[in-house]
Amino acid sequence: MAMKINMGEFHERVEKGIHNTFMRGAVAGAQERLRTRRLEAAEELGNWEEWRALGEEIRQHTLENLDYYLMQLSENVKKRGGHVFFAQTAEEANDYICRVVASKQAKKIVKSKSMVTEEIHMNAALEKLGCEVIETDLGEYILQVDDHDPPSHIVAPALHKNKEQIRDVFQEKLAYTKTEKPEELALHARHMLRHEYMTADVGITGCNFAIAESGSITLVTNEGNADLVTALPKTQITVMGMERIVPTFEEMEVLVSLLTRSAVGQKLTSYITVLTGPRDEGEVDGPEEFHLVIVDNGRSDILGTAFQPVLQCIRCAACVNVCPVYRHIGGHSYGSIYSGPIGAVLSPLLGGYDDYKELPYASTLCAACTEACPVKIPLHELLLKHRQTIVEREGKAPISEKLAMKAFGLGAASSLLYKLGSKVAPTAVHPFTVNDRISKGPGPLKAWTDIREFPAPEKERFRDWLKQRGNE
Amino acid sequence: MMEAFLQRIASRLGRDVRTSVERPQWKHAPQQTVFQGYSEDELLDVLKNQCTRIHTTLIETNSAELHDTVEHVIHAHGGGPIIIANDERYEQVGLSSFLKREDVYVWDATRGRHNIEAAERANIGITWSDITLAESGTVVLLNNQNQGRTISFLPTTYVALIPKSTIVPRMTQAARLIREKMARGERVPSCINFITGPSNSADIEMNLVVGVHGPVKATYIVIIDR
Repeated sequence: MAMKINMGEFHERVEKGIHNTFMRGAVAGAQERLRTRRLEAAEELGNWEEWRALGEEIRQHTLENLDYYLMQLSENVKKRGGHVFFAQTAEEANDYICRVVASKQAKKIVKSKSMVTEEIHMNAALEKLGCEVIETDLGEYILQVDDHDPPSHIVAPALHKNKEQIRDVFQEKLAYTKTEKPEELALHARHMLRHEYMTADVGITGCNFAIAESGSITLVTNEGNADLVTALPKTQITVMGMERIVPTFEEMEVLVSLLTRSAVGQKLTSYITVLTGPRDEGEVDGPEEFHLVIVDNGRSDILGTAFQPVLQCIRCAACVNVCPVYRHIGGHSYGSIYSGPIGAVLSPLLGGYDDYKELPYASTLCAACTEACPVKIPLHELLLKHRQTIVEREGKAPISEKLAMKAFGLGAASSLLYKLGSKVAPTAVHPFTVNDRISKGPGPLKAWTDIREFPAPEKERFRDWLKQRGNE
Repeated sequence: MMEAFLQRIASRLGRDVRTSVERPQWKHAPQQTVFQGYSEDELLDVLKNQCTRIHTTLIETNSAELHDTVEHVIHAHGGGPIIIANDERYEQVGLSSFLKREDVYVWDATRGRHNIEAAERANIGITWSDITLAESGTVVLLNNQNQGRTISFLPTTYVALIPKSTIVPRMTQAARLIREKMARGERVPSCINFITGPSNSADIEMNLVVGVHGPVKATYIVIIDR
């Protein structure tokens, strides 16, 4: 699956999302839970703003000196017997990964959850080579078994599916015979995947944070799947976006604390694993060979621009969990594996405006995302910046904002027209009004009332009321 | 290839490639003040409280009763097979007889993959915590050839032995200890685990399922006089 998920045009995707009642309920529930847990975790610390300031400071410093820290990382990985490959593009990354896999004559690959491997479309490249690539994160596994259904949330990829749907998929594809209880479904996945770990030739992971000073990579999970992926197969390949790096263990520690609290409200997740090189001499488990693939794929184009702060992102999805727009349209509407506010900023940068020009408009600019971000990325300001760029580039906004503003401008500029318009409004919409609400609006109101009600205009205008009051 | 890659980054940042960077003194340091000045007993209380939130049973014991406690925990989880690290601390606390139990397999690097098969068959895996984080309820394992990674992941139940003296406020102290070892020229272990309770997932309708790929249950045994 590449970064782009092909599900029709933006409006069609939104249309589909908005009418998916289960998904909307699930998303709202998940947002509520994750948001509350994050706030509790932050409150417990008491000085969350200071933590955020430190997170921002560390991320900014690292980006400002990214070339240095990547060089240090590369040297230290090599010192420990690992191989490092710098990939400018997705193709270069996939070519290298395929070469390593082919040289091992590997057939079976187990993988722990990684956004960057999705972004570069790695699984497809490996499958073309004749390999079986098995996702081991429970959410990713469910999606893979269901004919590669795209993820809809950065942290909880199968959020849009209910347990009955998962049961049906398991029954159809995995000879599952039990109920829709999550415990039973998870146990079945455990049994299926245990066998895969034990027999896989290569393990592939993403990377939450690389540590430059020690040449290590850090993996954050709750399931423990990344640990089995890296303990059992003979070859390990780790793929990282080039910005996912910190200077030392001490900065890693701070960012992991920010990540787990912001993503799921946990002080730490069940497993934080720091791996350095392949297995040491005399060790029995862990890989014999370790390859680190460092991916640019459009990231360097963001450096040195107004959008540089987006590279501070640690993929916690806190912004996704507070976004009122994501709440209503769901992850698939974004047409990208990166959804929510971070996706609306990042997808146009990595995937281009042609495919993603609507996303910066999928926002109310309420700034809840900016406030939630643990490393203080000014997300709503970057969304606004995108809109400016798009308008400059296209001479118009992709959403009919211009038309609406023009109509308002015309109506509001002439006091006579405004008076007339606001006066006739209640009469004009009267046939559509039930109990002071409009639920099936005419003309331009239709797009709004398809998904929610619109309050009917007050029968008495403010200006009439004020005038009347002045006379009393 | 690396040169071109780094050159591109530098030129985007509007400068030449940097070959040395001073790690700055960060303006903020909130991590340093968490549970600052807490006594060992106070830190143990923090740890105990946190364990109630991570589906982990915490048992306090002392060296004299450790043997009985371990036997009790094993029994409570359905007995062996058991896999443990080849660790001198067992002898130091007087658990030598425990090592001779028939259902206990001690990690033996010379036997290669046989160890992993033993771990896969084991019902219980036991390791010592090298550093213990009170705030998050985390045991830190500095693995080595005598302590395979899979001991803590393949068995159904995970048991950590925690000398009380290993308890520190949070991950901050662990990170510093590891850096201090590096500064002394010690090799960073190829695998460091920070383990916080059993394996779990909320991927199905946000329902928490305890026990996914790794252990289904976790017990911490704190040795209060060590």
